[in-house]
Amino acid sequence: MDVIFDNFSLYRDGFLQTLRICALAVIGSLILGTVIAGFRVSPVPPLRWVGTSWVNVFRNCPLTVVLFFCAFGLPEIGVNGAYFWFGITGLVLYTSAFVCEAIRSGINSVPPGQAEAARAVGLTFGQSLSTVVLPQALRTVVPPLGSVLIAMIKNSAIVGAFGVGGDLFAVGDTLTSARGEAALPVLIGVVLGYLLITIPAGVLLGWLERKVAIAR
Amino acid sequence: MTTSVLYDAPGPRSKRRVLISSLFAGVLFLAVLVLVGLRLEKQDQFAGDKWAPLFDPGHRRFQQVWTLLGDALVNTLTAAALAVVFSLIIGTLLAVARIAAGKSYRWLLVGFIELFRGIPVVIMIFFAARVLPELGVDLPTLWFLVIGLTAYNSVVIAEIVRAGVNSLPKGQREAAESLGMRRSQVLSLVLLPQAFRAMLPALISQLVVVLKDTSLGFIISYDETVRTAGIIIQNLKNPIQVYLLVAVIFILVNYALSRLAIYVERRLSQGKKAVVVDGETATLPANDVTTPGTGGG
Repeated sequence: MDVIFDNFSLYRDGFLQTLRICALAVIGSLILGTVIAGFRVSPVPPLRWVGTSWVNVFRNCPLTVVLFFCAFGLPEIGVNGAYFWFGITGLVLYTSAFVCEAIRSGINSVPPGQAEAARAVGLTFGQSLSTVVLPQALRTVVPPLGSVLIAMIKNSAIVGAFGVGGDLFAVGDTLTSARGEAALPVLIGVVLGYLLITIPAGVLLGWLERKVAIAR
Repeated sequence: MTTSVLYDAPGPRSKRRVLISSLFAGVLFLAVLVLVGLRLEKQDQFAGDKWAPLFDPGHRRFQQVWTLLGDALVNTLTAAALAVVFSLIIGTLLAVARIAAGKSYRWLLVGFIELFRGIPVVIMIFFAARVLPELGVDLPTLWFLVIGLTAYNSVVIAEIVRAGVNSLPKGQREAAESLGMRRSQVLSLVLLPQAFRAMLPALISQLVVVLKDTSLGFIISYDETVRTAGIIIQNLKNPIQVYLLVAVIFILVNYALSRLAIYVERRLSQGKKAVVVDGETATLPANDVTTPGTGGG
């Protein structure tokens, strides 16, 4: 186990880098996913088509392929940047499809009678959305959205493996490949790092679920 | 979209507005596509020599490229199939153990399952390939990939199985017990067969996750589709075209599987209650564990 304590600063930096990747990707994919969900439920057909194809493409394509596409494709259309940002972009694109589906299924779970009643008592579109539909939809969205985001935290390791570097996966790779440390203790350190993020996230999610749960 | 919760059936004025927005949005998206196309054209991405080895049977490299890709696809499918079969077996055993376990050691199983669910699948694969040889287990790379995938997916499947068993009406177990069946008989003759039926859509969705995750084999140099694509690219220097082809292959197969899951779910829900596969992510019934159907990569 000495390897963990000897390389503690390496692990700490890796942990922070993983956190950084996750935080940026959570923000990006929540925003993009909400926009795409808006597309998918919009009354405008072209927006719906784009939303549907977006989801079908990114949900059925391995994250690795999405990442390679970002790294090789974006420079070709004139988007240049650090490898780090290609990694984040790939993770955001991939996760946004799942976020979109979580949000959309939440909206669809609101019984149509609710919105009809809201319209019948004379609420405008904005009022019915903000006071009737969304409050109910958001509660249903919490569990699936949470598991999507926890899956995303785990997927951040793929971004690291893809070559962004510096995160927990890369720490494991450096210690075992370049320095030839025994793999098992290194593995334990890396796994602890991930559990330190995913387990609190899971507990937080469970708490949030109980807090917003509604009987229907 | 007639019964949307969000808006009424459009009247003449909204119809006009929708039409105008449609035209506007359509033009906007077309403009983006054209812009991207022009950029790619400028970089010579539409040049024949970048596409011909992949799509022109007359090209001298065509045969070679597709032999490589064909082998790679077979490798991908082999890894996925083995991983699914092993995950199914181990996952079912785990679920049965968790259901049958006494209170004293159930926490151990729960802890084990939660632990493995929290570890990224790519870490499992990577360290399976690093740790096992150290312990003297020398296997072809295929098996490291399969072991990594199985370690992750068997706990996911264990949760699906458990949710499937829990979703059955209580009367099923009570009836079986009152007939004098042993606990093992109750599970194997009454509960599990029904649970598997109800779980089928969630299991098919998990298959999509496994298939996508096999692409992580490139990290441990297993010759699956994505790694082979990389090798082809080194020779042909056409990353966009090759990855496009790989993406299309994955999307078509996985999309077909997703549709199959939805179809099976509809068929089942006509008869008995199915484990809900919401959208296509495997979401289990309320107040039960939500499987991370969105899985790895």
